[in-house]
Amino acid sequence: MKHTLSVLLQNKPGALSRVTGLFSGRGFNIESLCVAETLDPKVSCLTLVTRGDEGIIEQITKQLHKLIDVIKVSDVSEGEFVEREMVLIRVKAEAGTRAEVLRVIDIFRGKVVDVSPTTYAVEVTGPESKIKAVIDILRPIGIKEIVRTGTIAMARAPKK
Amino acid sequence: MSKMTGAQAIVKCLQEEGVNTIFGFPGGAVIDLYDELLDSDIKHVLVRHEQGAVHAADGYARATGKTGVALLTSGPGATNGVTGIATAYMDSIPIVVFTGQVPRALIGNDAFQEVDIVGITRPCTKHNYLVSDPDDLVPIIREAFYIASSGRPGPVLIDLPKDVVAATIRFPEKKKVRMQTYQPNYEPHPGQVDKACRAIAKAKRPVLYIGGGVILSDAHKELTELAEKTTIPVTMTLMGLGGFPGTNPLSMGMLGMHGSYASNMAVAKSDLLIAVGARFDDRITGRLDAFAPHAKIIHIDIDPTSISKNVEVDIPIVADCKLALRAMNSWFDDWAEFDARAFADKHQPWLEQIKEWNEKHPLTYQQEGDVIKPQYVIEKLGELTGGDAIITTEVGQNQMWTAQFYKFNKPRHLLTSGGLGTMGYGLPAAIGAKLAFPDAMVIDVAGDGSIQMNIQELATAKQYGANVKVVILNNNYLGMVRQWQELFYNRRYSATVMEVTPDFVELAKAYGAAGLRAKTRDEVEAVLKEGLATDNVVIMDFAISREEGVFPMVPAGKATTEMLLV
Repeated sequence: MKHTLSVLLQNKPGALSRVTGLFSGRGFNIESLCVAETLDPKVSCLTLVTRGDEGIIEQITKQLHKLIDVIKVSDVSEGEFVEREMVLIRVKAEAGTRAEVLRVIDIFRGKVVDVSPTTYAVEVTGPESKIKAVIDILRPIGIKEIVRTGTIAMARAPKK
Repeated sequence: MSKMTGAQAIVKCLQEEGVNTIFGFPGGAVIDLYDELLDSDIKHVLVRHEQGAVHAADGYARATGKTGVALLTSGPGATNGVTGIATAYMDSIPIVVFTGQVPRALIGNDAFQEVDIVGITRPCTKHNYLVSDPDDLVPIIREAFYIASSGRPGPVLIDLPKDVVAATIRFPEKKKVRMQTYQPNYEPHPGQVDKACRAIAKAKRPVLYIGGGVILSDAHKELTELAEKTTIPVTMTLMGLGGFPGTNPLSMGMLGMHGSYASNMAVAKSDLLIAVGARFDDRITGRLDAFAPHAKIIHIDIDPTSISKNVEVDIPIVADCKLALRAMNSWFDDWAEFDARAFADKHQPWLEQIKEWNEKHPLTYQQEGDVIKPQYVIEKLGELTGGDAIITTEVGQNQMWTAQFYKFNKPRHLLTSGGLGTMGYGLPAAIGAKLAFPDAMVIDVAGDGSIQMNIQELATAKQYGANVKVVILNNNYLGMVRQWQELFYNRRYSATVMEVTPDFVELAKAYGAAGLRAKTRDEVEAVLKEGLATDNVVIMDFAISREEGVFPMVPAGKATTEMLLV
């Protein structure tokens, strides 16, 4: 099962390395990892997507807690949550396909961020499934380059 | 707030922490600190190899319960210490290791004797620090001692750039360390204690399975009280030996790969396994699906990651072992219906069964002619020391025979590398223990292979009058690997024959120590007696039967009931 963990950690040199070292050393996998400062510059938020059965996720959570630099670990995928990823795709855009690329990007609510005589670079954001879908659609047209941010996620606010 | 140099601040911090002995080896990056040590009342023990410094600090910590301290220089000094740090990490031993580092301006430049020791030791320390601001130095040292000794203890490393040690800093007032992100839980949850005690009250075939956590939390008295109050048989891991008296009638000895037949059978047939400060290591469980298949499992451990890591636990209690056991004892004391006699009666058939297993396959060995059996040496050693000596071991057959045949009655009397299995641990650890307790009898039980891994520390022992005794069970083999090759690799002794072994008696003399040798069984007692009585560092070299094996043995990956017996 896929899990999305949100980890608050102290913004100290080496703190990220403690987290990634824990994953490699204990044989846990990381599908994506995204990290940046929070409102408090002394604290970073790290969103980590991993896979494993219940026991493994429990171990991952507990092992993360055990790291001295880690403040809080929450499995946002346990409840309702929003996730977003951004992708930059440089796709072939020649005489016959320029219009089609624009149509596809429009459908995915993306936008063109760079243009050359033979390519467009486009930006699309959304959950991982949407990113996959846009890549699948653009692939036959000819993707020259792709850069993804990895997922960030946030639990939804309680309804009441 | 007074001003002083970093070096003076470090010494002052050590004094604040009550450190009076440290183990180390100097070098360019720590020379300022060594200069300061010369004028302090802290005793510095100069080892002969940095691995020895960390093991000695570890041995000191295991014997005393206090935090051990090692001081190493940068680069190779630091990397030589890594095995010692990993050893302490695997066995949860509180030590603080200071390493020198090149000046801050040179970090990352591949400077002379520069190594990223914080990066190297990240996976084998509880926490580590590079002091990048001189004003952080004192708070970091205080935090390091707090982290090392609290919760589940472990090694903490502090990397000290040379210019930080030389800098002038303000020395802040001492105040209690409080950390936002690290607050270990000691108190047991009353609801979990209640569940555990109810399960104990219902059980017919309970077993207490105790590990190093009992010793680390000084819970041996509480454990003995619970076992005796409820008449529950006790088995110990290697790290748990001494946590319950080995001569108590409820003791079944060690369990696991080289555990007693009764222990392994009892766990397999038990209906309630009460794990206290133990972590279900693969050397204990054997094949996981066959481990304690009929038992409900209670697990007391201070580290939440230990719970349900290898074996699914029914009743977890995340707490300090001592406090949890105390709460359980009170639960029974407060229970109106509690009757110790009724428990004893209820468990009588179970104890009979265990006795039967013990009689069927006791821990034993076959004496052949006048050859020296290693088990006999350990038995005699136990007799002559009354089980009172502090015993360290190396790793391999020597370690297992010691665990099986020496009856440990007290905690902190067996110092051995359990988790990492570090050959070369025993001699420096013995020196650390001896310097902590100069009047105690401290004995390293070694093999001819492992003693050579840190034999240079004989010089350290001599220099500081740490008159430790070394018992070498000499079979001219790397015996444990040889045993596996004999049993599972068709007797193909690849790289386990020690074709050249030094004359240990002469070697002892070269170091100014005493050397004794026994070649036949009837010489054993006399050599031991003389060696123990000699007021010097002593090596006793016993030429043991060469192909003696350690039994019982559970082959790796088998169920613990599938034991190879003598």
